[in-house]
Amino acid sequence: MAFRKILIANRGEIASRVIKTARALGYRTVAVYSSADAGAPHVQLADQAVHIGPPAPAQSYLSIDAVVAAARATEADAIHPGYGFLSENAGFARACADAGIVFIGPTAEAIELMGSKRASKLAMIEAGVPCVPGYQGDAQDVDSLVAAGIEIGFPLMVKASAGGGGRGMRLVSSADDLPDALRGAAAEAKNAFGSGELIVERALVRPRHVEVQVFGDTHGNVIHLGERDCSVQRRHQKVVEESPSPAVDEALRDKMGAAAVNAARACDYVGAGTVEFLLDAAGEFYFLEMNTRLQVEHPVTELVTGYDLVAWQIQVAQGEPLPVAQEQVTLSGHAIEVRLYAEDPAQDYMPQTGTVVRWQLPEGADVRVDHGVAEGFSVGAHYDAMLAKVVAHGRTRDDARRKLGAALRDLTLLGLTSNKALLIQICDDEAFAAGGATTAFLAEDFQLRDATPKLRDRAFAALAVFFEGAREVAEDDDFIGWRSGGPVWVTIKLRSGDDVAVLQVTAAERGPHGRCYVVALERDDELERTTVEVVRADAGELLVVDDGIRRRVRYAIDGDAVWTDDGDVTRCFDNITHWPARSADAAGSGKLKAPLDGTVTNVLVEQGQTVADGQLVMIVEAMKMEHRIEADVAGTVTQLLVAQGDQVKTRQLLADIAAEGEA
Amino acid sequence: MSQVIESRIDTAGEEFAANKAYMEAYVAKIRAAESKQLETELGYRPRARKKGKLLPRERLSLLLDPGTPFFELSSIAGYAMFDDSDGRFSGGKLIAGIGYVARRRVLVIVWNYAIKGGTIDSVNVQKMLRLQEIAFRTRLPVVSLHESGGGNLAKASEAMDPWAARLFVEGGKIYGQQAELSALGIPQVTVSHGNATAGGAYQVALSDYIVLVRGQTQLFLAGPPLLKAGTGEEATAEELGGAEMHATVSGTGEYLAEDDADAVRIARDIVGQLPADPVLPHQGRAIEPPKYHPDELIGLFPENRRKPVMMQEIIARIVDGSRFDEFNPMVDVGTVCGVAAIGGKQVGIISNNGPITPSGANKASHFIQLCDQKSTPLVFLQNTTGFLVGTEVERAGQVKHSAKLIQQVANTKGPKVTVLVGNAYGAGNYAMASRALKPQFVVSWPSARQALMGGAQARQVMKIVTETKWARKGIEPDEKMRAGLSGQSQMIEMGLEVISESMFCSARMMDDGIIDPRDTRRVVSFLLDVSLEARRREPQQLSYGVQRL
Repeated sequence: MAFRKILIANRGEIASRVIKTARALGYRTVAVYSSADAGAPHVQLADQAVHIGPPAPAQSYLSIDAVVAAARATEADAIHPGYGFLSENAGFARACADAGIVFIGPTAEAIELMGSKRASKLAMIEAGVPCVPGYQGDAQDVDSLVAAGIEIGFPLMVKASAGGGGRGMRLVSSADDLPDALRGAAAEAKNAFGSGELIVERALVRPRHVEVQVFGDTHGNVIHLGERDCSVQRRHQKVVEESPSPAVDEALRDKMGAAAVNAARACDYVGAGTVEFLLDAAGEFYFLEMNTRLQVEHPVTELVTGYDLVAWQIQVAQGEPLPVAQEQVTLSGHAIEVRLYAEDPAQDYMPQTGTVVRWQLPEGADVRVDHGVAEGFSVGAHYDAMLAKVVAHGRTRDDARRKLGAALRDLTLLGLTSNKALLIQICDDEAFAAGGATTAFLAEDFQLRDATPKLRDRAFAALAVFFEGAREVAEDDDFIGWRSGGPVWVTIKLRSGDDVAVLQVTAAERGPHGRCYVVALERDDELERTTVEVVRADAGELLVVDDGIRRRVRYAIDGDAVWTDDGDVTRCFDNITHWPARSADAAGSGKLKAPLDGTVTNVLVEQGQTVADGQLVMIVEAMKMEHRIEADVAGTVTQLLVAQGDQVKTRQLLADIAAEGEA
Repeated sequence: MSQVIESRIDTAGEEFAANKAYMEAYVAKIRAAESKQLETELGYRPRARKKGKLLPRERLSLLLDPGTPFFELSSIAGYAMFDDSDGRFSGGKLIAGIGYVARRRVLVIVWNYAIKGGTIDSVNVQKMLRLQEIAFRTRLPVVSLHESGGGNLAKASEAMDPWAARLFVEGGKIYGQQAELSALGIPQVTVSHGNATAGGAYQVALSDYIVLVRGQTQLFLAGPPLLKAGTGEEATAEELGGAEMHATVSGTGEYLAEDDADAVRIARDIVGQLPADPVLPHQGRAIEPPKYHPDELIGLFPENRRKPVMMQEIIARIVDGSRFDEFNPMVDVGTVCGVAAIGGKQVGIISNNGPITPSGANKASHFIQLCDQKSTPLVFLQNTTGFLVGTEVERAGQVKHSAKLIQQVANTKGPKVTVLVGNAYGAGNYAMASRALKPQFVVSWPSARQALMGGAQARQVMKIVTETKWARKGIEPDEKMRAGLSGQSQMIEMGLEVISESMFCSARMMDDGIIDPRDTRRVVSFLLDVSLEARRREPQQLSYGVQRL
């Protein structure tokens, strides 16, 4: 059944990426979007776009009815599910079939089988694919699971059978902790996936995560396209992926490839799939799970094989045979991908929300950036925090790594905190460079560099404020910071974290490249000075000579937030120069605000109740994380402005506490 | 396309280098006086910190928009006057200028309480009156960061200050004019950072917006000492006129700030509520820089004042593209007139390459009429020893023609900005729009000299007048008399040289400040903008100043 118009049931970078290939192959494309994504890049890229519901995924991107209705309305005769959302939903695949729409992916049966960790493991054992020793039985009561666990030995992993992305997963190191871990994981799994079914496995110590890309067609062909090493992870979510794996040689590749192909054949697999393995130090590998979709990290495979996997997916869905046989597959060079997340590695990877103020991509023939970001785009709490994938291809691993580091430094993302500096530092890390990173790398072997701003960093931010102010009154450059008479400087107060810096900026004499500015940091009545020569300051970029070195500092100002990027570190300062002073004698303001967009999941106080300083007042859940809202002053709750279940916006006032003696 | 001036100055030559050395040293001397003032202020810092206060310049540094220009007015007012010797007590207790606050051009007045408590003396009153005059003519909103110890009792006697007696009534004009400014729709925003007693209290109270600072404002007619002296009542300053009292009880003030910085924030917010600045036609257009760099202005004026200076060379380093359409250059080369643009604004420039002759005066009058007809602002670049004298020019109507020029300059409608470049002597000083003829702004180069005549000239005149008197009375002067006359003439010469000197004149506010010659283009452009904007700031015709009820 030939199709000609493809609806992409996804958002973000993957939607954009699929649309590009589909269009290149001559297909018409349809994007779907929720209210939060009305201005998103993927909506602009597609030939048509359909609004499918409110921001909450359950009512938009996860709504089978809405997506199928959108396909019907636009007469799309095929659906590409991307990854995440409905991509591994057998019900969706069936709904497509029922509606006469081609689902670009495997059969519902294959999805169903692989969607269950328990059932898939049983199938794999039967197909002779090596699996981690463990329990994947029917009996799901805590006692049976505990008994199985004790038999397997510790440490062990408790996993949600239907799980993924680290949810419903617990590492347990002793029998005492096991019952609680089982109950917690089951509850989390039930909540997240609708099924509390668990499996228990031996936990491998410091394994590598190596996965094999497989492809099957409707003519019974199944091949593999080599492996990807995704060992660098944080909280079971991948951060860096590369192909080939530095830990896999030709012989191991053949072995793992054969096992992966076996796994795929076991479920008559059609389309793109990934068989994930854990690889231990001894070179033994164990089946982890099979993902029945295109992976986030597919670009590294594309770069080393030269194939467009989305094009293959479409061709296979059209009933064509795979374009190559296994023997024709060769891997050329090395590709590394990093995931740019809106999260703060320094704060335990806390997800970040905000608006992209500046977004500029690196240039370079061997650099590929898949992204779904645009300036002005607001990154909210509804969806995954991944903003983009930056991929570099090189002759060798070092070559790719060096190019990737440079590309990351060139990439500009201002307006929200990201893990960019972490990614740069991973690229530069010696252990990573040596190819020795395991899944324990980020948590145990890696130390994020201290990014506490120095005077120079503050000076750059202050100069950004200074030049932004200059531009606002639209005088010509001759007048920037000009004084006709005696010394009159400008005070700019910048805060980063808890640290407040009072900076004095004075225009000084001209240097050989431009005007010099003296920036003095006031501390305990002492002034620490630095002189920066500004060659140019426009279009969000300071070109300065500092300490004899010419540097480029990118900046953006978004209200009171001052963003700078010196290539290595992106910083955000609050310009608090004109923030209102705290009222005379208050210990804390008592005004409790939402730390980010989210949902109030629990309210633990009542209006009029007396609370202690630090007492838990409510919990706001955002981006899969709980945020404790605590009283910042002892007193009485005079206003309780939200209730359980309410959606709240960043900095929305949640409650007001009158300090003791004031109420 | 207009004519581009071809400079003949060798900027690599000895003469340029010598001129530059002279002028740089002079600028440094002025900067040193300003720095002395800052030193006095910084010396107060430990005490200010103890009280949780910011220094006046620290307040100013928070008030102004970052990155924006600030034109300071009369920075060395009072220099070497009364008990000042080197500038440490100069400035008239006010740091004032035109700058940007909340993206609006405003007149800023910061009371320098760190110098003798910011007390009021004649220099202070004179500077305030000039600032108010600027407010009237530019219609700029006025932002005052006030803190003053009130009248300077140490200077209250005539012995300490010959203007002391007048000061009491002269100073009162300030209050009346505050009311007039309010009625004209020129908003005055004042922060009362500290002491505001009696006269100081009115400067605050007559403002349209008052910001009080918790724990700092002391606003009352009589402070605790005078109260005790007057009525015997004992009260604390906080009870008498603290911020909280005024904010909650008396209603003398609308905004209560927590500290100095908070108060400045509120003042900025208030300014941000005022109408946006008018947009001038040239704004947003690309501006052509001069072909010759304005920095070269530092090496154009010689220490030896007898050496001529071609003013076209100076004009070339001030105007856009160094383009200058000279008006009637064939007639009287001593008076230079022409049209140019400065920062995109068309201007009529009048300058001197020699004394003003009757034909030069006529040329200038004619040119001014043409500029007036199309509403073009005038820029005077003054370097004149005065009107030419002699039988020939008197017979040609020099008195009539020079009077006519004065009349023309005085009555022209468009804005006038004057730069005193060098000589500014005699009636030429008036005719070339010195302070006497009330141009919008007058600034000086360090080389400027203002007096009724040059010192050497005065010595000669004295000698001739006395000798003529002796001859008329038939007195045959002996050696002693001749020596006496010589001494007296020399004294007159020296005296004139002292009183004509630029810092001496600027101390007495015979200008709005001395500028670095390299800043001339910027200064003139900035002041022209301010003056041109004034026309677009519609005056309100209230019959009252805004009152608190």
